[in-house]
Amino acid sequence: MADEKKPGLFEKGGKLYWLHSTIDAFDTFLRVPGTVTAKGAHVRDGIDLKRVMIMVVIALVPAALFGMYNVGLQTSLTYGLDWGFWQMFWYGLLRMLPLFIVSYIVGLAIEFGSSQIRGEEVNEGYLVTGFLIPLIVPVDVPLWMLALAVAFSVIFVKEVFGGTGMNIWNPALVARAFLFFSYPSSMSGSSVWVSKTWVGALKDVDAVSAATPLAIAHDGGLAALEAKYSFMDMFYGFIPGSTGETSVIAILIGALILVWTGVASWKIMVSSIAGGLLVGWLGQIGGATELPCYYQLVMGGFLFGSVFMATDPVTAAQTETGKWIYGFLVGALAVVVRLWNPGYMEGMMLAILFMNTMAPLIDHCVVTAHVNRRAKKVKTA
Amino acid sequence: MSNHLDLKKGLDIPVKGAAARKVAKTVKPGTIAVKPTDFKGFLPRLLVKEGDRVLAGSPVMADKQNPRILVTAPVSGTVSGIVRGEKRKLLAVLVEADAEQSYADFGTKVPADADAVKDLLLKTGLWNALIQRPYGIQANPDLKPKAIFISTFSTAPLAADTEFTLGDRLADFQAGVNALAKLTDGGVHIGVNKAVYSSTPFHKVENAITHVVSGKHPAGNVGVQISHISPILKGETVWTMSPLMVAALGHVINTGKLDLTRKVAVTGPVVADPAYVVCLPGTPVKEITDIPADTRVIGGDVLTGECLGADGCLGFFQDQVTLLHEGTEREWFGWAKPFRPKVHSSSWCYFSWLTPGKQYDMDTNLHGGPRAFVETKCFEDVTPMDIFPIYLIKACLAGDIEKMEKFGIYEVLPEDLALCDYVDPSKNDIQAMIQKGIDLMIKEMA
Repeated sequence: MADEKKPGLFEKGGKLYWLHSTIDAFDTFLRVPGTVTAKGAHVRDGIDLKRVMIMVVIALVPAALFGMYNVGLQTSLTYGLDWGFWQMFWYGLLRMLPLFIVSYIVGLAIEFGSSQIRGEEVNEGYLVTGFLIPLIVPVDVPLWMLALAVAFSVIFVKEVFGGTGMNIWNPALVARAFLFFSYPSSMSGSSVWVSKTWVGALKDVDAVSAATPLAIAHDGGLAALEAKYSFMDMFYGFIPGSTGETSVIAILIGALILVWTGVASWKIMVSSIAGGLLVGWLGQIGGATELPCYYQLVMGGFLFGSVFMATDPVTAAQTETGKWIYGFLVGALAVVVRLWNPGYMEGMMLAILFMNTMAPLIDHCVVTAHVNRRAKKVKTA
Repeated sequence: MSNHLDLKKGLDIPVKGAAARKVAKTVKPGTIAVKPTDFKGFLPRLLVKEGDRVLAGSPVMADKQNPRILVTAPVSGTVSGIVRGEKRKLLAVLVEADAEQSYADFGTKVPADADAVKDLLLKTGLWNALIQRPYGIQANPDLKPKAIFISTFSTAPLAADTEFTLGDRLADFQAGVNALAKLTDGGVHIGVNKAVYSSTPFHKVENAITHVVSGKHPAGNVGVQISHISPILKGETVWTMSPLMVAALGHVINTGKLDLTRKVAVTGPVVADPAYVVCLPGTPVKEITDIPADTRVIGGDVLTGECLGADGCLGFFQDQVTLLHEGTEREWFGWAKPFRPKVHSSSWCYFSWLTPGKQYDMDTNLHGGPRAFVETKCFEDVTPMDIFPIYLIKACLAGDIEKMEKFGIYEVLPEDLALCDYVDPSKNDIQAMIQKGIDLMIKEMA
């Protein structure tokens, strides 16, 4: 079927040449290209970016599925609807579906268009970004806002730098940051985290406040938090929050897939958690918080960020030593923001974006140190 | 004296078609091609014309920049043709071999000092067998290298087993080492494969510093060994020679005759019965093996080999021919299939790790489209050298001389980073990038 479309029409000089990147993307999506090696090694590994990216999407699936169920669960609990399991899941699925559709359509359209302009093949990076964005925003975020955020981040964070592989910041996080700073009322506070649109009976009911554990702990401390959610609630993920971030178990399954396949760096994950724990512990003994340090890991987007966002190979540090430093600082900074910031209780997003900015500097220091050390070693040898 | 070098990083590519340790046939020389393109940096000036008689070892062409450097005929016979390409570039001199070979006589006197050795190498045309690092170029006869390195084994995919090809030529090899040792004060360093240490004849070689090397490919690459034994600094030069050429040099010293006959490993998944063929360099590949349709003929291994084409001839340095199917077929949903048993991947995104001993029927398909760099740790995992491959590659792309120097351009040749080509999910041609950097260095530092 793809063959019938190919000859002439979409080739250089053909009438629809301007569509060639798009056609090519669909064509190679279905079938491995028949290109053979021209220079260099005559045989090549079976791995390509499509496979790498799809692995990340697969790793995100447990968190996404659990998130859908939790969307229904939170609505049901908050508004006393007494739904069953499948009702909760279907509600979550139907609420999430438009977000995924908008995210993919807007993002891919821009991605295809800019590939066309550059005359390159379409890069697979957006497969992951498009899946991540719906998982890190409140489920009731208006779709036009989402579309705007996606467009902003894909154009100004990715394409202007030259597409996937060239960007400095994680595009999914920038989309979230865009929403956060442009439309704070839809992105923060206590009433945005539980979905109530689409439930007919709730149409005229005012949004009920359902604060996230982070907000509760921020305002009322450990006692207030434990009155509402136990540690295990937060560990399993039965709490309000962005769709993908709540369940530690689902995220750990994803982490296992990423580490096993080698797509994401375990060093970044481990050091980020270590950084978060250390600062959380210092905060606890220093009196900044009553929460035990391990609470920091199960609340908010800390773990989701550590596993799926900080480890983005393009925007993270690239040297192995750099990864330890980068990850540690991501975790540490995120908890610093949580503990010593009067207004804003979630620091993961900004910690990662800040460290994305710093990653090239870290790498530069690591590489320079290595070059100097090597020069010395060689001289004495 | 021996030192141990255990390299942890690297990758052995499990391609099917290793040559069995037997000689399938001996090719009697017919028309032999002498190709100046085999020698990097060699600018040929013809010394013969059609119809001239040559002996095995008589000069056929000389280097325009350094007329002492000669390329000699590997057979005796009559010059039957001069092959030129675009812009009259000299591609090959064809020599119709005599039925009975006669050899130029180089004498059997053991060369006494460095000058005598240089003289012998230049006269026999074996000077071209010396490779100078940095940059992997023709050695400069006026230099004295820091040391000379020989790796006695190759870890490249399906590479000829030197134990089999040279095991019975130890006397020649030893004579070659003795001669090379006179060229440097730093000694001759030879890398010996640890896996076969007890059985390999090379550990008996004297007058050399032995390094016992273990590890996956590219542990057998001389460049990798140098970077661990004695890294090349700015301003230093080292020379390397392949064991095959060392034996050829020794043979000249022992017998007075230049004989480049070698056992060539005919390998690859499309070869029906992979084994060794005895022949000379310049032998048409067609005479060495049958070539099925849609086949790529590679002189050398699958990572660094040269495309010879079905009508091509074996190169001066090559002791391996690999045949690969041209992978132009398109596989439905290739990347999306959970299992792809026919395709090998060193990445754990596929399930090749479940079948560690399996050998694959590889072809030349790229398995993807070219992209920007995304995953870069994979480069470090296959580069057992003290460098950051991605930074070196990017410095080469940027043409930044200072950074290339810092990141180790003096220590690498494209072959040392050939595995990066293989593992890169973004399908970049890393070897071409490195070569571009090296070419720039040669131009700018000249």
